[in-house]
Amino acid sequence: MQEYSLSHLKELEAEAIQIIREVAAEFQNPVMLYSIGKDSSVMVRLAEKAFYPGKVPFPLMHIDSKWKFQEMIEFRNSYARDNNWDLLVEYNKEAFEAGVGPFTHGSKVHTDIMKTQALLAALDKHKFDAAFGGARRDEEKSRAKERIFSFRDKFHQWDPKNQRPELWDIYNTKVHKGESIRVFPISNWTELDIWQYIRLENIPIVPLYYAKPRPVVEYNGTLIMVDDERMPQELAQKAEMRMVRFRTLGCYPLTGAIESEADTIEKIVEEMMTVTVSERTTRVIDFDQDGSMEQKKREGYF
Amino acid sequence: MENNSKIDIQEFLNRDEKKDLLRLLTCGSVDDGKSTLIGRLMFDSKMIYEDQLAALERDSKRIGHAGEDIDYALLLDGLKAEREQGITIDVAYRYFSTNKRKFIIADTPGHEQYTRNMVTGASTANLAIVLVDATKGVITQTRRHTFLVSLLGIKHVVLAVNKMDLVDFSESRFHEICEEYKQFVSQLDIPDVQFIPLSALKGDNVVDASQKMAWYKGKCMLDFLETVHISSDRNFEDLRYPVQYVSRPDRDFRGFCAKVASGIIKKGDTVMVLPSRKTSTVTSIVTYDGELEQAFPPQSVTVTLAHEIDISRGEMLVHPDNLPHVERQFEAMLVWMDEKPMNPSTQFYIKHNTNTTKARFDTIRYKVDVNSLEKFDVTHLELNEIGRVVITTVKPLFFDAYKKNRNTGSFVLIDPVSHNTCAVGMILDKIHADGLPQRITDADKQKIDTGIGLISEQEYETRYRQKGSTIWITGLHGSGKNQLAYSLERQLFNQDAVIVLFDGSTVRSGLSKELDFSPVDRAENLRRVAEVCKVLNDQGIITICSFISADDTVRKQVATIIGEHRFTLVYMDADLSYCKQNKPELYKRIEQGTIDNLPGVDCNYDIPQQAHIVCKPQDIEDNVQKILVYITEKGYKK
Repeated sequence: MQEYSLSHLKELEAEAIQIIREVAAEFQNPVMLYSIGKDSSVMVRLAEKAFYPGKVPFPLMHIDSKWKFQEMIEFRNSYARDNNWDLLVEYNKEAFEAGVGPFTHGSKVHTDIMKTQALLAALDKHKFDAAFGGARRDEEKSRAKERIFSFRDKFHQWDPKNQRPELWDIYNTKVHKGESIRVFPISNWTELDIWQYIRLENIPIVPLYYAKPRPVVEYNGTLIMVDDERMPQELAQKAEMRMVRFRTLGCYPLTGAIESEADTIEKIVEEMMTVTVSERTTRVIDFDQDGSMEQKKREGYF
Repeated sequence: MENNSKIDIQEFLNRDEKKDLLRLLTCGSVDDGKSTLIGRLMFDSKMIYEDQLAALERDSKRIGHAGEDIDYALLLDGLKAEREQGITIDVAYRYFSTNKRKFIIADTPGHEQYTRNMVTGASTANLAIVLVDATKGVITQTRRHTFLVSLLGIKHVVLAVNKMDLVDFSESRFHEICEEYKQFVSQLDIPDVQFIPLSALKGDNVVDASQKMAWYKGKCMLDFLETVHISSDRNFEDLRYPVQYVSRPDRDFRGFCAKVASGIIKKGDTVMVLPSRKTSTVTSIVTYDGELEQAFPPQSVTVTLAHEIDISRGEMLVHPDNLPHVERQFEAMLVWMDEKPMNPSTQFYIKHNTNTTKARFDTIRYKVDVNSLEKFDVTHLELNEIGRVVITTVKPLFFDAYKKNRNTGSFVLIDPVSHNTCAVGMILDKIHADGLPQRITDADKQKIDTGIGLISEQEYETRYRQKGSTIWITGLHGSGKNQLAYSLERQLFNQDAVIVLFDGSTVRSGLSKELDFSPVDRAENLRRVAEVCKVLNDQGIITICSFISADDTVRKQVATIIGEHRFTLVYMDADLSYCKQNKPELYKRIEQGTIDNLPGVDCNYDIPQQAHIVCKPQDIEDNVQKILVYITEKGYKK
């Protein structure tokens, strides 16, 4: 008999496609949250695959903290345009006009106001009953226990002690009005799986992931890039060109660069396998306080 | 993972992309060294980064429960509140990879809530590692975990006998534990059971073969996990394609999207749509990466058909010569997952494949104690309790037994008010004979008008000089039931009685031809006999039945069907050695292992406590007389 077996990537792909279709079939008004990062890029491709040859039946939504790398915004706009996606961009207008930012308010306040609050307001505004996120369980300890279909109450709160049991590939999609589900189709993917998949599928990603000489300066123990004129002068002055790349992408003042020569996916993977520091270490917010990611997740952050 | 910067990355990636995936469950508590084992598998395959290790060492000293050693549990416990309480209360998923395979570990605790969490973790696992502490051996917890693993249909179990360092790496201790476990596991349905002696703390037989246990010739844990064959565990026989989503991008394209639950769907196949039973032909199997000739589980694809048939989500494509059950009623093992206890009179939502409908409980047969495997009568189930139930749904579902098909045999129940997933279930093979009284008294069936014959009971009695009744002889195979039955028939015949005799061979060769000798089919066989006796007794005829009828509940149901007022139970009380001598053939075959399910040997024979007559096999004439006296006294024979 012929051996019917799938590679782990094909199996993960099939699982993600089933999850994405289940949401489209069972919810009134889903949305795919789009962070512009590599995980989002993979998730977006999986959605395209799930509905091929049809168009994806839900929009992408980007919560713009207004401090993203410029290259991210350019990438976002051109990707959505070229691939016929409906793209929603939302941000906290009030706070933005009041000048909230990481340099002036610190990472905790900035993240809460410009990301968490902006996201919650946008979800309420559009009355989405399901929102896809690109989080992976291997990223961070508190995520290892989160369900693929993760229930949120009327206030978008996650209760880690009271999660719905999730068995086999049967997902409970029942919600009352005002409640919602966060859905993580790539929960079971690892960082290496993501890179492998990007390589095999030729998925476009923001060029910031590849090493290139960039102006960077040391700030709070990490290397950050001078991306616009809002960086305080005394910091920007100290900037120097170094060959760097980013392992994760977010707000430029909160995302540490690493020195690297890796300018292809192969080199990135090679570097990743020999590097001894885990991925989220370059995200400043994780170090705010012990258990900080779990705290943010309870409050509604992805 | 390789940690060598000189590796050829291109080659590594090409190899890596072809690896398959093994999902495994680890059962045991922190005390058994479970976290240490997982931590070591991850650590030794270089999946712990240095910053995580540094944080781990720091945390171990601060809040660890492992003294001066690194507390691997901290690496695995995610949530802050739990860390403070020192317990894990949920399922955590861990990932690691070697040169040969990717692994997803579902890590579930051995503490309270264990049933709910273990069942969750087990539902997606191909394999389970059951840990025992070599100093303690097989304990209640080991049996509980193994039972749950078998309940959830995991086909591969490896018993990791840990802490071998504490028993001086003793080979005899290892074998002692293995033997005890083998004995227990033989009652359960797990096809592949392996045993590995190890020390997670010291690293013996985890990743590298142990120097101290040279007597052990088997594989070490990682080697075993990398090589165990799992791809044939899926069901590739029975096509079940549960339509999940209908894709209609334009007027010309109508695609039916699904993850193949089982079987193989090929271009050109004739398929039947359930429940409409219309048939069509597969014209294409569409994916983003091009059309496929065939699709198999767990692929997610889109199928187009030759005919314009209206198909929506929840319907199923199958091969016309291989159908699942299409029914509204089934029996299942249920695990209660909700803090709120079951209210058996409520309707629940049931989600099965891509169908959601309403369901109610007909019967709760019993609860199983996960520690002792004893069964208890209950009126409802509570959190972490497991029971056998009969469920009726509003819409018919398309299902198979969980044992044959994990994907079409599983379902979840959702509370109609809280919307919580309150229970999960695994469908059993067939309605069990336990269901008999319930099925006969079923409200729907009572509505069937029974015709009233023109001949009265009194007229039969006068004509035949007897009352319609049944003499049911039970006993082990070879106990002499048939000899007694035939002699009794002869005597009654000589006295002009009107009799019909049933024994195994007459019934099995016709009426119950398609049944096998599983407990369920044995019960069904007896149900049929009982129904026939009932009809004959109603028309004044005496029936003599000679069947092993090992199960006390089934015998009681037989009596209920026939009517207890005209049912005589005769027990052939012969000991096994007599039976073996009397009818050696079958007993020899079971010793050789060519057959199974023989009552009194490898399955239970319930000795009847309330037999009307007990006979010893040696004196046939006495026995016949005893029965004749009894039925005359009762007025069955005039």
